[in-house]
Amino acid sequence: MKKNKIQPQHKVLPKTPTGIQGLDEVTEGGLPKGRPTLVCGNAGSGKTLFAMEFLVRGATQYNEPGVFMAFEETEKELITNIASLGFDLKKLVAQKKIILDHVHIERSEIEETGEYDLEGLFIRLNHSIESIGAKRVVLDTIESLFSGLPNPLILRAELRRLFRWLKEKGVTAIITGERGDGTLTRQGMEEYVSDCIIVLDHRVTEQASTRRLRVVKYRGSTHGTNEYPFLIDENGFSILPITSIGLAHTVSSERISSGILRLDTMLSGKGYFRGSSVLVSGTAGTGKTSIAAHLAVSACQRGEHVLYFALEESPDQIMRNMRSIGIEMESWVKKGLLKFYSKRATFFGLESYLTTMLKEINNFKPLVVILDPISSFIIGTNEFETKSMIMRLIDFLKFKHITLFMTSLTTGGTDLEHTEINMSSMVDSWLLLRDLEFGSERNRGIYILKSRGMAHSNQIREFILTDHGVELVDVYVGPESVLAGSARIAQEAKEKSEQLLHQQEIERKRLELDRKHKALESQIALLQVEFEAEKAEALKVIGLDEERNKRSAQDKREMAKSRKADINVKPTIIKKAK
Amino acid sequence: MKTKEFKSKISNHQPKTIKAESDKWILRLYVAGQTPKSLTAFRNLKSICEEQLKGNYQIEVIDLVKNPHLSHDDQILAVPTIVRKLPKPERKIIGDLSDTERVLAGLNLVPES
Repeated sequence: MKKNKIQPQHKVLPKTPTGIQGLDEVTEGGLPKGRPTLVCGNAGSGKTLFAMEFLVRGATQYNEPGVFMAFEETEKELITNIASLGFDLKKLVAQKKIILDHVHIERSEIEETGEYDLEGLFIRLNHSIESIGAKRVVLDTIESLFSGLPNPLILRAELRRLFRWLKEKGVTAIITGERGDGTLTRQGMEEYVSDCIIVLDHRVTEQASTRRLRVVKYRGSTHGTNEYPFLIDENGFSILPITSIGLAHTVSSERISSGILRLDTMLSGKGYFRGSSVLVSGTAGTGKTSIAAHLAVSACQRGEHVLYFALEESPDQIMRNMRSIGIEMESWVKKGLLKFYSKRATFFGLESYLTTMLKEINNFKPLVVILDPISSFIIGTNEFETKSMIMRLIDFLKFKHITLFMTSLTTGGTDLEHTEINMSSMVDSWLLLRDLEFGSERNRGIYILKSRGMAHSNQIREFILTDHGVELVDVYVGPESVLAGSARIAQEAKEKSEQLLHQQEIERKRLELDRKHKALESQIALLQVEFEAEKAEALKVIGLDEERNKRSAQDKREMAKSRKADINVKPTIIKKAK
Repeated sequence: MKTKEFKSKISNHQPKTIKAESDKWILRLYVAGQTPKSLTAFRNLKSICEEQLKGNYQIEVIDLVKNPHLSHDDQILAVPTIVRKLPKPERKIIGDLSDTERVLAGLNLVPES
């Protein structure tokens, strides 16, 4: 089958850089130098643009002139078509850096009358190559020769000769081919061009299209084998080989504020880790966007670039809504620090959306990326794809040390701790916003479900939207339940009045005690006075008694004296007394 | 820039009965060097013309090896190719002209239906 002789193995296969964003990473250096590469794909998969960008990049960046031999489009058409990628082909043609050669074959004008060969094509191509010293050649789409010229047997032999000849000329060539039924190309070109085969694909799933590229074969070289989504836009192709990012990224221990003081406190006082992925999930209207806006503004205040992917609201709407809670975003947009990218998730396919996001990120170089909300990526049953896409986004951002903040809407009825795409294990910090319902009123509560690498708070906080942003307050944790909102306020008021009552009671008791004390004291004083009075009385009585006794004794003596009794009177008296 | 080396041998034939409607036929034969195929083609072309046009024709032979830039104008890929420049419209036939019937059909020189 393979008619190409195996070339002596080089130590390193020389490669020609394509200059196409991302392709050189996937192919580890570019296309095989001096060999033809087959690029195949369905109609509209971007083969011509791919080939053209290869030439233009070669001419402008690597000083390698190129020849574009077009079998389907005229020179004029090519120039117009390629202008949409921002390439000025006319100028390059005038500078003799690129030759456009349209080969027109009209089957009806041609009659085959015997043996022929394609020497005319060889000569023509050779002439173009020689005249500008081309190093790159594109044949787009050479298979149309089969419909233009009779006798496929001759054609096949001639094409084989052509590719051999191209190799001998040492030009790096791209041959495009239309995808066939069950084969890579309609005419089995892969049999002739077998050094490198790239397949472009354009698939539509759930009404959204995604372009993909895959290197099917690269003889003599390793290469990425995945399907890589790519974009075609005003800057040409971009392929972002994000599936190849591993988990070997370094992490930062720097912390960034969430923009909400008390939330920082809950996150062990410092906020999120830089470069981590934060998810806030909650039911509708719980204030997810407000938390995102706080982070955005606080990052802008530090002078960091913030890229805000708004999937459901227009930038104006977000800014207006945030203004109502006192978060001013417009000035940061004007200063160029905050950038909104607002497109619905259904705008293109998931992979294209991812590629677009990565492109925006690469261009804007933000330090904080906000994705609001990721749940809108889920359309139908593409949960798995969404998860894989978010995972790659997380990996990519971690690799670049960009903090990712995602919001996710939890639809009513489902378990709160279940995100729509089961991605809890992928994020580093997960804030949960939930409704707290009591007394016919809905309030918001926030808590941290997890936050890797920090001692975060396990407390639920009430989340209040004020006219100066988000405020977190303690909820009432009573014996029966957690209370928030007016129930909390009522409970607090109740407690306050109870406390007041209690205090008054104490005061009253204290006063009473005081009074009692005082009464007792006065009683004591009274008693003392009485006692003193009694004592004085008693003493007086005693004194009188003694006085009387003394006097009576004296009286006796005097009486005795007067009776002229002798001195020994006294014992007589004593005897008498006995 | 048409090469004349073959041409001198064939010009100046007397016009005779011509089936085609125009006065003079101008045929351009593109070859790539003097390969057996191109010589065969030339030989075949000449004999067919002699037979059918009896001198009222002119053959220009263009060797692409010598004049590669000429391949663009007539969109030549295969060689040998004969382009009927006149009478209009232009027609192209490729190959070494060994299939005479096809040559006649291709040049619209139907010998007799």
